[in-house]
Amino acid sequence: MAEHFETKLSSRNYWDSEKLSPNAFAYVLMIPAALVMFGVVIYPFFYNVVLSFSNMSLRHFRDWHVIGFKQYAQVFSERIFYSVFVKTLVWTFVNVLFHVTIGVALAIILNRKLFGKAAIRTLLILPWAIPQVIVALTWRSMFNYEYGAVNLFIAQYLHMAPVEWLGKPLQAFSACIITNIWLGFPFMMTIALGGLQSIPQELYEAADIDGASSWQKFWTVTVPLLRPVMIPAITLGIIWTFNNVNIIWLVSNGGEPSDQTHILVSYVYKAAFNLYRYGYAAALSMVIFAMLLIFSLFFLKKTKASEAAY
Amino acid sequence: MKAKIRIQNSKSKIFNLVLYFLLLGFTLAVLYPIINVFSISLRPSDRLLSTSLRVIPADASFHAYKVLFTQTPFIHWFFNSVIIAVVVTLTGVMLASTAGYAFSRFSFYGKKSAMVGLLVTQMFPPTMLLLPMYIMLLKLHLINSYLGIIVIYTSTALPFCVWQMKGYYDTIPFSLEEAARIDGSTRWGAFTKVVLPLAAPALVITALFSFMSAWAEYVVAAQVLQDTSLFTLPLGLKQFESSMSTQWGLYAAGSLIISIPAVALFLFLSRWLISGLTLGSVKG
Repeated sequence: MAEHFETKLSSRNYWDSEKLSPNAFAYVLMIPAALVMFGVVIYPFFYNVVLSFSNMSLRHFRDWHVIGFKQYAQVFSERIFYSVFVKTLVWTFVNVLFHVTIGVALAIILNRKLFGKAAIRTLLILPWAIPQVIVALTWRSMFNYEYGAVNLFIAQYLHMAPVEWLGKPLQAFSACIITNIWLGFPFMMTIALGGLQSIPQELYEAADIDGASSWQKFWTVTVPLLRPVMIPAITLGIIWTFNNVNIIWLVSNGGEPSDQTHILVSYVYKAAFNLYRYGYAAALSMVIFAMLLIFSLFFLKKTKASEAAY
Repeated sequence: MKAKIRIQNSKSKIFNLVLYFLLLGFTLAVLYPIINVFSISLRPSDRLLSTSLRVIPADASFHAYKVLFTQTPFIHWFFNSVIIAVVVTLTGVMLASTAGYAFSRFSFYGKKSAMVGLLVTQMFPPTMLLLPMYIMLLKLHLINSYLGIIVIYTSTALPFCVWQMKGYYDTIPFSLEEAARIDGSTRWGAFTKVVLPLAAPALVITALFSFMSAWAEYVVAAQVLQDTSLFTLPLGLKQFESSMSTQWGLYAAGSLIISIPAVALFLFLSRWLISGLTLGSVKG
């Protein structure tokens, strides 16, 4: 009798005596979600692939047809693609760097004994909790040249000249980055806190006995044990930052000044819905997707290889 | 020796104090924009543009809130957002909890590619599906309707939620359902009575994620909802904000009211967030 149960225990497809076979039951559970995802994710994806090979635009809305790789050629031949691509890389790198640095630093501080720790931790999550639209529009209003809080602070407390945040390209880009850093560090902080809490205290004590300084303890105990938790978070962070349309679009009001404040995804939005260059936008989307796919495969492979060392 | 320990103790006390001030500094930086919005919403109507950095302005009044509720379609937008968000949340939880369970407990044809597919959808640029979906909705006459936008929002959150639920179910030992079966329960019964309650943290994250996808979303709604009577809150809010003449007071008051349900939900559920996220990501 015990053996009978034991063999059953090891097999996941235990539900043999029910009316539905295991496979059928699984499919029944999955079909609603699968249908939705097919209709709204998979089918549009392939539609987009087709569109990227077509000449659909305002002029050719109903009578579009496939024209081969012309749209892709268009994507790579317009100079704006390269400047926007570089801006996207800068945007992603700067943002994620600050997110992780600030997040981990705050997590380490919050991991100690502190007065009012729970309250502070809750408050520090607020930027994540507030809807992105609100964050973007609020910071946009704070960057207003005459009445925004940032310039008022600079003028009244730092006694420096106010900055034309939303009017000049570099300043507008910086304004978007500042907003996104404010928005994004709580995510990394939360993950890092969770990871820190699972590091056994004995390891730090052992390091203390060996005479390690705080800096050494950080690099030999904290960092290696935090890596497995942070790697997926950083991957997600990179993908989400790379793809973040909301902040760029809403803080710069659609790329102002004169389309200088764009990253790849916001430019696609503009091409599709402001300029009606649907085929072009579809092709550009595919290029972005390919970039992220290649990046993810490369990044995950690299970090898995080094994780195997542990 | 004692002197050395005493010096070290006071050194670490100062260090602790410095860290604490750093923390408080960040907390202030986090709170300031929120306080700023609040103080703008309190400004009296004749002094909406001001260069004062005072938190509570002189002659503060709730005038903006009054106008917001009585003279703009704000309540109508709120109503729209609530309906859409609630439906998306319920649908998302139902679909993700069942699909995630199937992925976790069964091996079936096409499972591996489906899992990879879920992950890959996370990398889609947001606009990539928007355009084809817009055209599809046009053809199905679902543009400008609740159904159209609900379908889009549900599918936005679904892949991540299914992946998330699957990861969490994986940490629940199969033996529990085993025991339920031995006690005479059906598969569905074991799922709903044993597994689901244990998966509460993951369900909470799914609900939160689905809700936030629908409540605070602007870009998709801007394309799909054209009728002002169907506007959701983010669309309505954007109306108050324009380069030429921003209605600061209304905008600020509206922002706060939109944020409150989202923030309240988020903070209330935040304790599940940490455990749910790290569990999912560590187990992979």
